[in-house]
Amino acid sequence: MAEAATNLKTFVPPAELPRAPIVENNRGPGWLTDKLASFAEGKTPLWWWILFIPAVFGAAVLLPAMLIYQISTGVGVWGNNQPVAWGWDIINFVWWVGVAHAGTLISAMLFLTRQHWRTTIGRATEAMTVFSVMMAGLYPAIHVGRVWFAWFMFPIPNSNGLWPQFRSPLMWDVFAVNTYLVVSILFWYLGLIPDLAVLRDRATTRVRKFIYGFLAMGWIGSARHWHHYEKAYVVLSGLCTLLVFTVSSIVGLDFCTSQLAGWHATIFPLYFVVGAVYCGFGMVLVLLIPLRKLCHLEEIITPRHMDRICKLTLLSSLAIGYIYLMEYFIAWYSGDPYERWVFGHRLFGHTYWYGGWIMIVVNVGLAQLLWFKRVRQNLKLVFLIGVLINIGMWFERFVIIVGSLYQDFLPANWGVYFPTWVDICTYLGTLGAFFTMYLLFIKFLPLVAIAEVKGALPQADPEHPLGGAKGGRS
Amino acid sequence: MPVIFPKWTNWLPLQIGVVLALVGGVVTAGVTYYCTPKYTRVGYQPIQPVPFSHATHTRQLGVDCRYCHNTVDKSWFSSIPAASTCMNCHNQVLKIDPRLALVRASAASGKPIPWVQVHIVPDYVYFNHEVHVTRGISCVECHGRVDRMDEVQHAKSFSMSFCLDCHRQPAAFVRPVDKVTDLGWQWSTNAVVAAQMQRTNGVKFVHDWKIESLQSCSACHR
Repeated sequence: MAEAATNLKTFVPPAELPRAPIVENNRGPGWLTDKLASFAEGKTPLWWWILFIPAVFGAAVLLPAMLIYQISTGVGVWGNNQPVAWGWDIINFVWWVGVAHAGTLISAMLFLTRQHWRTTIGRATEAMTVFSVMMAGLYPAIHVGRVWFAWFMFPIPNSNGLWPQFRSPLMWDVFAVNTYLVVSILFWYLGLIPDLAVLRDRATTRVRKFIYGFLAMGWIGSARHWHHYEKAYVVLSGLCTLLVFTVSSIVGLDFCTSQLAGWHATIFPLYFVVGAVYCGFGMVLVLLIPLRKLCHLEEIITPRHMDRICKLTLLSSLAIGYIYLMEYFIAWYSGDPYERWVFGHRLFGHTYWYGGWIMIVVNVGLAQLLWFKRVRQNLKLVFLIGVLINIGMWFERFVIIVGSLYQDFLPANWGVYFPTWVDICTYLGTLGAFFTMYLLFIKFLPLVAIAEVKGALPQADPEHPLGGAKGGRS
Repeated sequence: MPVIFPKWTNWLPLQIGVVLALVGGVVTAGVTYYCTPKYTRVGYQPIQPVPFSHATHTRQLGVDCRYCHNTVDKSWFSSIPAASTCMNCHNQVLKIDPRLALVRASAASGKPIPWVQVHIVPDYVYFNHEVHVTRGISCVECHGRVDRMDEVQHAKSFSMSFCLDCHRQPAAFVRPVDKVTDLGWQWSTNAVVAAQMQRTNGVKFVHDWKIESLQSCSACHR
């Protein structure tokens, strides 16, 4: 025993490779608190108002107007009709669910794999998840037509003797999306609690003290609080990681259950998960690149962090490319004339041929630019790629849904689909609502997880030269 | 750390929780009781233009349901008799009774008596009397003991689960076809024997008469 202990003491570890710190310029915890709380405390900048006013127009005028018109008149105000019974409503539902996924992936999976760089972007992407799941959840509720019967989707005992069909994926879709919303909100809020306490303690006015004090739920940062907090955080991140896979799998199963060429494929659950994550990374790029500039977070959300998101985006684009390839291969290999017909028409059909090309050229082709370091370092270009990925992934859902429905087995059933102005304005309204909530989040809540970033600083490590009691407030 | 909230607020979450649970419970119970057809439809008893008593005509005089509602076993619709049907007897019986003035006027003019409909299913529900009556489903299953009513009232709920309760186990309700209009009929006065006979005969009838008892949506919502 004694010998072993001596050996351990004399053991000299090999020199560690220097790891770049999470936050640049050796910034200390005090600087971080000031910096990260300042945006929620300071004067509202002009750019915020310039973005907020159109967004709130979409959220408070356009979206309610479209919902009232559609609910009072009926789904006939949309372009959906036979044979294309699912149109922009379901396209946008799948798109919004997809946008949500990257947030959960970054915050939960990268947390479990101890990727410390996620601390700087986790909060902002979790907020993206919460708000986009809200937008996604809106569509299934309104696309049933008679919204006042939407409670039929839940197992509530009723005098109609109706009960949900538990063998249907559509049923599990309801549960999956609602679970996702609840768990993402809990995860997001739990992470916010220590930072809300920071804002409470820094608050100068009575109203701010009261509101942040209420939201912080009496957090005093004691060891006992942190102990419970860390446990709960691990549990929730484990749940969230599962949800990344379940939610979009179920959405995929909604499609592949029906025996329609173009939908009836076993690859769909995986296809939708990968597509969702990919689309979400696109949205993360679109949100974070302007955010770090406008909120002056360049030292915290560093180019290296953006570089890693780009690499994850590239990885998911390769996965989606593989799945596209498999889809076409299986369509050919099945020998089924209807399958071959649908996939041929995705690229060379009439009316919607452009959708198939956008999907392949943007989602698979364009993203390959991210192989080059010079592209990944040019954030303006990366921002543009992010926007295009979102458009490309929107077209993927368009191709899957409309492209499979408009020409099915019987030529007598064929028809074309075009959205109406109500479809378009409802979508713009949900975009407005999303950005309204996001801008309010930026303005009133700490947009980077203050406590978590501090935990990842070298100063937090007692063995580090800067760490422990020596560091102090720098 | 400065104190923002006074100490009594520690109890606030619990109090809010209790109040919400109580309010939620009361609302749920209220909706369950007051917002179902069991409450909203059962007991509906409008005053009819002619004080016709089903009890007198069936129990006392022994008139069969089908004497007046003569299309019930031939059509989806169970007819309301014309005044001339009443006059088959009432040109002899109670010839000058003032309660029958409207019936006599209707028979003379041909203008129908404005009866108030008691039992109605919504337009989106297809219901066929014939197929039920000729397969041993008695009038009493849906309309209750009309033979005991002076003024007809809505006896059963007519909710969708009311239909489904029977469609999911028709064997518990079918009876011999010739007993369909005998509303008070039972297999035996002994309840245990009656239940036993219903079980054995019910299954036999369902099989022999090829009762499908459809439960698909389009069986009723066409």
